[in-house]
Amino acid sequence: MATLAAATGKRKIKLNQNCGRSLFWPALAVFGIASQFASPDLLLAQSLEGVRQYGEFPLVGSRVAIWVAAQVHLLFAAFVLGVPMFAVVAEAVGIFGGDSKYDKLAKEFTRLLLVAYSATAIWGAILSFLLVTLYPGLWLYLTEIFQVSMWIYVCLFFFESFTLYLYYYGWDLWNTGRAKWVHWTLGILLNIWGTAVMFIANSWLTYMMSPPADVTPDTAPGMVQFWSAFANATWMPINIHRIIANVVFGGAIVGAYAAYRFLVARTDEERAHYDWMGYIGNLIAMGALIILPFAGYYLGREIYEFNQQMGITMMGGFMSWLWIIQAFLIGVLFLAGNYYLWVGMGRIPGAERFMPYTKYMLVVLVLGVMVWATPNTMIADREEIAAMGGTHHPFLGVLGVMSAKNTAVNLMILTTFLSFLLYRRANSRPTVDWARTGTIVQGALFVLASLIVVFYGVYGYFVPAIVRIGFSVYQVLAVLATIIGVITIDVFMLRGAESRGDIRWGQMPPRSQYALFILAVTFTWLMGLMGFARSGIRQHWHVWEVVRDTSEYAATPALGYAAIVISCCVLIFFTLVSFIFWLGGLAEKGTKASADSVAATSSTQGVS
Amino acid sequence: MSKHLRHPLGRAVLVLLGAYVLIEFGIAYLPPLFGIPSGPVPDTVLFQYLGTVVVGILIWVSDNETRWSEFKAPLHKVMVEPEKKRARLALAVIIPALVGLMTFNQVKPSMAAPATLRSIHPAPPGQIDFKGETMELAGLENPLRATGSMEEHYESGREIYVKNCMACHGDGLAGRGHYALGFNPGPASFQDVGTIAQLTESYVFWRVAKGGPGLPNEGAPWNSAMPSWEDFLTEEEIWSVIIFMYEQAGHEPRTWEEEGEH
Repeated sequence: MATLAAATGKRKIKLNQNCGRSLFWPALAVFGIASQFASPDLLLAQSLEGVRQYGEFPLVGSRVAIWVAAQVHLLFAAFVLGVPMFAVVAEAVGIFGGDSKYDKLAKEFTRLLLVAYSATAIWGAILSFLLVTLYPGLWLYLTEIFQVSMWIYVCLFFFESFTLYLYYYGWDLWNTGRAKWVHWTLGILLNIWGTAVMFIANSWLTYMMSPPADVTPDTAPGMVQFWSAFANATWMPINIHRIIANVVFGGAIVGAYAAYRFLVARTDEERAHYDWMGYIGNLIAMGALIILPFAGYYLGREIYEFNQQMGITMMGGFMSWLWIIQAFLIGVLFLAGNYYLWVGMGRIPGAERFMPYTKYMLVVLVLGVMVWATPNTMIADREEIAAMGGTHHPFLGVLGVMSAKNTAVNLMILTTFLSFLLYRRANSRPTVDWARTGTIVQGALFVLASLIVVFYGVYGYFVPAIVRIGFSVYQVLAVLATIIGVITIDVFMLRGAESRGDIRWGQMPPRSQYALFILAVTFTWLMGLMGFARSGIRQHWHVWEVVRDTSEYAATPALGYAAIVISCCVLIFFTLVSFIFWLGGLAEKGTKASADSVAATSSTQGVS
Repeated sequence: MSKHLRHPLGRAVLVLLGAYVLIEFGIAYLPPLFGIPSGPVPDTVLFQYLGTVVVGILIWVSDNETRWSEFKAPLHKVMVEPEKKRARLALAVIIPALVGLMTFNQVKPSMAAPATLRSIHPAPPGQIDFKGETMELAGLENPLRATGSMEEHYESGREIYVKNCMACHGDGLAGRGHYALGFNPGPASFQDVGTIAQLTESYVFWRVAKGGPGLPNEGAPWNSAMPSWEDFLTEEEIWSVIIFMYEQAGHEPRTWEEEGEH
C-alpha cells in the first residue's frame, strides 16, 4: 500500500478513455444527476496517507472474517433477489390465469423473504464494519472512487425495504380489482430496486477484478473516471450470470423449504400443497440452471479477454481443480433434479409408459458426469505417473479437454430437458390430428441436436484451439434451438389434450424430498467454491495490478483450506435458513390459531 | 442364479462389479488391443468414476417404488429376521473388518511420495526478461512465421530439437526419449491434445526459455527438470524449435483472439 500512498501524493490527473460497453445504460442518467452532488474537491479531499492499512481479527484472522461475512451476505442476498422474481411471476399467473393457488404460493415465497431480508441486511452491515475496521486502506480507496454509487445504493436499499413491506403486508388488503394490479406493480418495483442494488455492488467487486486498462498503481483513486470504473470489463457478465444464478438459487431454497414442510406436514392437504411447491421450486431451479452455463461461459470468456494470465490461472492453473469439483457438483444437480422428476412420475397417471426409458437417460447422465469430471492432469502418486507415462492419461486424456466436456454437458442438458418433457406430457393425451407427426418432429430435433453436439465435439480434436472454442457456440445453439422448438410444438400439441388422470399431489415418497435438500446444499456450495475461484484469481492483489495486498494474508489460500472455509459458510447459512424455515411454519401456526380462536368465539357467541 | 441376477440388488452388484472391472482393467488393456495407447487408471480417478456409478445405481434402484421395495427386501431380511442371524453376524464382522483394512491401508507408513495436484498449465506472466530485454507475452506472435522460409525454420528447429530436446521428449515428440524413464513426472508429450495444442506460441516460448526454475509460485514445487534454455539458445533458435514442434506434432498453435472492445 506504500505505492498507493505515494501515488496519492502525486495526484496525477489521468482521464480514463475506457468508456465501457454500456454507455447507453439508462443508469448513466441517474449517476449523472447524482454526480452533481459530489464535489470534485470532496473526491480529492481525503488522502490515503497515514491511514492504518490493515486490522486484525481474533482467532481466525482478518481474511477469514471478511470472507465469511461476504459469503454469507452474498448467499442471503442471492436468495432475496431470486425469490421476488418468481414471486411476481407466480402472482401474475394467479392474476391472469385466475388460479388462486398461485397467489397463495407467491405470498408464501414473499413471507420467506421478510426474515431472509433482515438477515441479508445484518450480514451486509457485518461485512461493511469488517471492511472498515480490517481493511481501512482498501475501503478508503474504493470509497474515493465509488462514493456516489454508495449513496445511491443506500437510497435503493431503502426503497427496496419499504416496497417489500408494502408488498407483503398489503397482500390481503389489495387483493382484488385495480388494487391487485397496484400490488403486482409493487412486486415489479421490488425486483427493479433489488436488481439495481445488485448491479451497483457488482461494480465494486468487478472493479477489483478488472479495473480499466489505464488505471495503474500511480493513479490516484480520486482521478479514476467513475463510469469507466463502474462499467468495467467484467461488470455486465457478472450481472447477467448473477441474475440467472439468483433465480436458480432462489428456486432451490424454496424447493428445500417445501421439502421441509412436506416432511413435517400432518394433513394430506398440506402435503399436496408442499409437494406442488417443491415441484415448482425444482422446475424454476433446473430451468434456469440449463441456461446458467452459457452465462458462465460469457463471463469466463470476458475474464480471458481482459487478462490472459487471470484466465489461465482460473482454467488451467491451480484454480482449475475447482472446475473438476464444479463438474462433480453440477453433475449432482443434474442427477438429483432428474431423480426428483422420475420419482415424481410415480404420482402421475400415464407416466408408466415413459418409465422404461429413464434408465437410458440415467446412463447418459452418469457417463456425462464421468466425462465432465475427468481431470486433464490426474492426481496420481509417483508410481502411477510413471505407469501412465506422465500426468496425462494416454487414453482418458482425451476426455480432459473442453471438446469432451462441452459435449458431455450439452448432452446432459438435452437429457434433463427430455425428462421435463416426459414429465409434462405424462398425463396428457394430445387430441390434435398431427400429434404423431409432431412427436416425430420433436424426436428428430433431439436426434439432430445430439448429432450436432457429438459431431462438433469430435471434430474439435482436429482443429486449432481458436476454432474449437467457436464450436461450443454451435453446440449451445443446437441445444437451445431444440429446447425452444420442442417446447413450441408441445404447447400447441397439448392444446385441448385429454387428461389421463389428475396428478396425485402429495403422494411422493419422502426420499424424493431429500433430492430437493441436496439441490439446495449443492447450489450453495457451488456458489461459494466458484465465487472463491473468481475472487482468488486476483491472487495477491486487492485491485488487480493496481492495489497490492500487503497484508500477512496476501498469499492465495490452498484449495483444501478454501474448501473448509466455504463449507463453514454453507453451514452457517443453512443453520440460519433452517431457523427461517421454522419461523415460516411458526407464523402460519400463529395465523391459524388466531383464526381458529376467532371462529370459536363467533360460534360461542352464536350459541349464547 | 439367474433369479438373483434379475433381482434389483443382484443387478446393482453386477453393474458395480462390471464397472470396476471395466475401469480398472478394461481401460488399461482393451484400447491397446486396437492399437490405441492406454495405461492404468490412477486410484483417484477410479474412486471418482466408481463413486459416480454408485450414485447412478442408487438412483436406478430408488426411482421406482416397486423396484425400491424389491431392492430393500433382502437387506431388510438380513437386518431383522431371526433366521438370518448368521448372515447378520457375518456382516457385523466383515463390514467393520473391511473398513478397518481400508483405514489401515490409508494410514500405514509408506515411502512413496503422496499424490499431488499438479498444474500443467501455470499462468504465464504478462512479460518476461529475456537476455536483458523485456518481452510482452500477451499478443506476442512467433516472428519467424512472418519472415524467411518456413522450410528453413523447420529444418533449423529440427536440428535444435534433435540436439537438445529429443533425449527427453523423444523422436516422436511423445515424451518417450531415452532419458524419459529417469524423470518422474515424465517429460511432456507434445502429441497430446492437452499440451502445446492448447497453447499460444508465446506461452511455449516462455516455458522453453525459463524452464522449471522459471515456473511461477503456483507451480511450486517445480516438479520439472526442464532447464532454462535461454542460457543455451538464442531467441531465434527457440522460435524455430517451436515451429518444428507444432509441425511435427501436427498441431496448430493457439492464436490470439481479435482485440476486444475494452
